[in-house]
Amino acid sequence: MSATTATARARELLGVSSLTNRALTGWLHGLPGVDQVGADARAAALGTRSIKTSSKAWAIDLAISMIDLTTLEGADTVGKVRSLCAKAAQPDLRFPDTPRVAAVCVYNDMVGIAKEALEGTDINVAAVSTAFPSGRASMKVKLLDTKDAVDAGADEIDMVIDRGAFLSGDYRKVFDEIVAVKAACERPEGQENAHLKVIMETGELVTYDNVRRASWLSMLAGADFIKTSTGKIQPAATLPVTMLMLEAVRDWRELTGDMVGVKPAGGIKTTKDAMKYLVTVNEVAGEDWLDPDWFRFGASSLLGDLQLQRQKLTTGVYTGTNDVTID
Amino acid sequence: MSPRFDYAPAPESTSVVDIADSYDLFIDGEFHAPSSGEYLTTINPATEEALSSVAVGNDADVDLAVKAARRAYTRVWGRMSGAERAKYIYRIARILAERSREFAVLESLDNGKPIKESRDVDIPIASAHFFYYAGWADKLEYAGLGTSPTSMGVVGQVIPWNFPMLMLAWKVAPALAAGNTVVLKPAETTPLTALLFADVCRQAELPPGVVNIVTGAGDTGAAVVSHPDVDKVAFTGSTAVGKAIARSVAGSRKSLTLELGGKAANIVFDDAPIDQAVEGIVNGIFFNQGHVCCAGSRLLVQESIAEEVLQRLQRRMSTLRVGDPMDKNTDVGAINSREQLDRITELTAAGEAEGATRWSPECTLPERGFWFAPTVFSDVSQSHRIAQEEIFGPVLSVLTFRTPAEAVAKANNTTYGLSAGIWTEKGSRILWMADHLQAGVVWANTFNRFDPTSPFGGYKESGFGREGGRHGLAAYLKTEGDN
Repeated sequence: MSATTATARARELLGVSSLTNRALTGWLHGLPGVDQVGADARAAALGTRSIKTSSKAWAIDLAISMIDLTTLEGADTVGKVRSLCAKAAQPDLRFPDTPRVAAVCVYNDMVGIAKEALEGTDINVAAVSTAFPSGRASMKVKLLDTKDAVDAGADEIDMVIDRGAFLSGDYRKVFDEIVAVKAACERPEGQENAHLKVIMETGELVTYDNVRRASWLSMLAGADFIKTSTGKIQPAATLPVTMLMLEAVRDWRELTGDMVGVKPAGGIKTTKDAMKYLVTVNEVAGEDWLDPDWFRFGASSLLGDLQLQRQKLTTGVYTGTNDVTID
Repeated sequence: MSPRFDYAPAPESTSVVDIADSYDLFIDGEFHAPSSGEYLTTINPATEEALSSVAVGNDADVDLAVKAARRAYTRVWGRMSGAERAKYIYRIARILAERSREFAVLESLDNGKPIKESRDVDIPIASAHFFYYAGWADKLEYAGLGTSPTSMGVVGQVIPWNFPMLMLAWKVAPALAAGNTVVLKPAETTPLTALLFADVCRQAELPPGVVNIVTGAGDTGAAVVSHPDVDKVAFTGSTAVGKAIARSVAGSRKSLTLELGGKAANIVFDDAPIDQAVEGIVNGIFFNQGHVCCAGSRLLVQESIAEEVLQRLQRRMSTLRVGDPMDKNTDVGAINSREQLDRITELTAAGEAEGATRWSPECTLPERGFWFAPTVFSDVSQSHRIAQEEIFGPVLSVLTFRTPAEAVAKANNTTYGLSAGIWTEKGSRILWMADHLQAGVVWANTFNRFDPTSPFGGYKESGFGREGGRHGLAAYLKTEGDN
């Protein structure tokens, strides 16, 4: 979607002749508020669903297939990225029916390495760009960063929004940046564009009202996915925040007919946590989102615990962490 | 991988409870066979299977219980220091917490409510009430009720079937803290947790006669209420029975508190936090199958968002899981009795006949037991029976309003006045509404929250007197000015 089309569509949805910051503010602030106490209580209630036996086995496999297996360290090496890719393609040697993960998520400079390592698989490579994690760079740099990753073959771009602009109320700036990065994700005719995941860094947005507004703003600007966090800021993904985003994509589909994906990232480590998220997807957005195309876990260590629980369900024996490979 | 997330059954084990074949009356610390020799059967409403038989107390049995309570009052409990009484009440609170799973399972078996509610709401709050009132036992003169409040004596208490253990705690904990002794009559369809509570009293080494539990139906309750040596009567239940009790107590020296029916308005303004409001509506009417006297059974929604709220509500209702109360994933359990199911069925038929639009989500109800699918009526008018009469089931009536004044007028246009809910992001409107609503409890941006520190009770035909908090103590104390 070109910048002109995106703006035209936004104008139509808002019912305004010009997409000013005032118009965006009016629209975003006209969204229903979020009562934090109530939202937390609802998320806690969803977290008490008891998932057992066949449902658990099904949900574990689904969760594995939804993982964006991630390494985002300054200390990342070529070897580490290759190991991660090997693990992504073959999570469990002893149980070859273990599903593969959805994507491997790396820094920009590792995209080529990951693409090469994953050649022949259908696992995507996601790159964090736009001066991740702070996003504090000029637009020129952010776009170059994105282009770089797209040119290196990234299937998915995880961008960060300008939280400073958002918090100061400059929604138009945030909108424009997302639209521009989305345009930078495009490839020539015949080749698939990179999918755009918009990281809102909800821990820095602080209030639930902000989370809801940032979700709607991102979708308005053309996000394919909305994502909670970089993983570099605490709190990262939380269940209530993910629930609010799921409500947003659900309502967005009501309004426009389009589906947008959701990706909680950072801090989801255990099978138990993952089950809570899947229950929330199921009961809030609906089962259409129970699909790696529409829901992802951004995680580095979750896969290991899912494997252990899967082994336990398969063999009846709970083994130890050495029964799964560390990378 | 099919895109369906069917939760496999997650049943709570019933092995923690040990239900006897029959139970006698708990009088003076011992179990006594009823002098009538009669027993009634209590069943599991989810399966219609008999759980146990329970003694039917008559006038003679009630007399024994009141005498035991009087003896315990004059010889032990009434003269014990508050600090000493507190030790016993704390002990009860701790034992309830320790044995909470046993109580929760038994409550769900006997009542039909989902285990997640008995486990997460009923029993924890019951225990919390004992903890809270234990703290007051030695501080009565600081409760703001006068400098030297004194106990009343023997208290006769009759409680309903919707929250058997919680209502017991609401009644027994403040009565004991204030220094009274108790004769309690639990509901005939849900007596088992009260009888298990008798076991807790013994485990806590509560002096015999301080708490007496007399089971039976309406006649037994009437015997408790009308016994001449009862100093105070406390009743929670239907308005019809409450009126009969008020008549029978009138002219006697007994003091009385009544906590009766309700037809609460849950009022949603167009600036409400809408997803949380929908949760509040669901919690307001489908919690405990709607067997809640303060249930938000009338949804008053601002006309401009009525359609949207109804649509979101219906979508949310489609995710409610109705069925086996012992399954940890069940949201809506069984209706407590066939009689109650018949009443709900009759009133909902009246709703349709009066022209309201009925809707329920698709759900398969179990073949045996008493079940009613969550139901919402739209196009309801104030003059419909479903907008006026207490249904006491999972049935919501939706009405609309345009202005705050109209919302208040409609909310107050009922014979009841127990609770109300307001959903808006505007704080000043919350305060204005709360000032104008005739209801004992007004919740803002939440619903059905209970806390031992917070008083609860009604206006108009919802009764009088308060339970919970310091106000709850006042109902069990004689203060200056009383004679």
